[in-house]
Amino acid sequence: MKNIIGFIRQNFTFFSFLILQIVSLVMLSSYSKSHETFFGNWNNAVAGNVNSYYNAWAYFFDLKATNAKLVAENVALRNELAQNFVPYDTSVKSGTLILRKDSLEKIRKFFYYPAKVVGNSFTLQKNYITIERGSLEGVKKDMAAISPDGSIVGVVVEVNEHYSKIMSLLHRNSKVSAMLKRDRIAGSIEWDGMSPDILLLKNISKSALPKIGDTVLTSPYSSSFPAQLMIGRVASIVKDPSSNFLTLNIKSTTNFYNLEFVYLVENKRMEAQSNIEQKEEGNE
Amino acid sequence: MNNILKNSFRFILFLLIQIIILNEIPPIHQFITPYLYFIFILWLPFGNNRITTTLLGFVLGYTLDIFTNTPGLHAAAATLIGYLRPTILNLLLAQELSEELTKEPSIGTMGWGPFTFYIFSLTFIHHFYLVLLEWLQFGNFSYFIGKVFFTTGMSMLLILLVELLLNRRKLKR
Repeated sequence: MKNIIGFIRQNFTFFSFLILQIVSLVMLSSYSKSHETFFGNWNNAVAGNVNSYYNAWAYFFDLKATNAKLVAENVALRNELAQNFVPYDTSVKSGTLILRKDSLEKIRKFFYYPAKVVGNSFTLQKNYITIERGSLEGVKKDMAAISPDGSIVGVVVEVNEHYSKIMSLLHRNSKVSAMLKRDRIAGSIEWDGMSPDILLLKNISKSALPKIGDTVLTSPYSSSFPAQLMIGRVASIVKDPSSNFLTLNIKSTTNFYNLEFVYLVENKRMEAQSNIEQKEEGNE
Repeated sequence: MNNILKNSFRFILFLLIQIIILNEIPPIHQFITPYLYFIFILWLPFGNNRITTTLLGFVLGYTLDIFTNTPGLHAAAATLIGYLRPTILNLLLAQELSEELTKEPSIGTMGWGPFTFYIFSLTFIHHFYLVLLEWLQFGNFSYFIGKVFFTTGMSMLLILLVELLLNRRKLKR
């Protein structure tokens, strides 16, 4: 017995090495679900903490890719919005008793595309936004551009193969049909070149009783924009006794200063609408 | 700097590098897994006796195992090199060892040849044992041989790079 203890004491280092090896190998071979639950608790407390810190960093560096994914997802969701569709006309008799089309199925009117902003100005009198999406990727003239939070940005005026130019709302010639949410009275949004925060809502009938803070939305008359997109809120009312119309100062909800992505809206029936609008003028 | 403080700092630093960077980078090839964490064992001062390095190896390996969810795998390999380290050091520099207890193995203290041999042998043993244990669970012989050699090469490269970058010779004087 004494000899054994003496032997172990002499080779203490070797035995401790052997024990550690055995411990490791037993752990390795017996690693299973039960082991995981037994050791897991305090192991995960340490490792989980470090990993969560690490993930926070990794997440930060992944933001760019995450952003692109979210944009794609948003476009997909936007395309599913009910207001993009027009129902079939079921009042027309088709000659048979049974409708040939499913009346629940709808016709798509608006289609959304994402686009990255590569150029943007807001300090000039005629401001344009350049985006990296062109005719090859489906952009057409007169398509509407809206910002990610759903407020409007402008209208596409020039298109080449891979880039397009958007006439921002902050442009002296920009004109968008809009309405007051309160009583649905329509007017048009213009810009006087004074402040990039303030737009003008002109030609509002004096019968409207706008209050400060009223919401201004796009009207259903516009051929580019879907109806009821946010434009801004009434900031002040300019009273002009010589005119039958009110002019309202609108605080724009669009943040023109940090646009990174815009959504382009294609109206599939735009040509039809503008054709008939122009025809009417020609007859006069 | 205090020796214990310095080595604790290294312990954490190299583990973090292993966990956060080397384990996360996409593998170049199935055979190549970059390992650097055991450089902590290689850099321990000469004065540490066998039992200390063995225990430290176990602690180091097990800490890494917690993060990689492989309990015992790295612990076994790191314990082995912790145990064998004094043997190889004794082979390379028998007489000077007793005089310079606080000095560490580096190019400056050992010279290019012995140091390269020292890190190569320990790296090789580490990977041989580690991949052997892996191989017992899955894989075939060519996987074993290929992974041992390529991973050893990769680790040698990393260790020499770290050695050259940090240039520990200056710290000694």
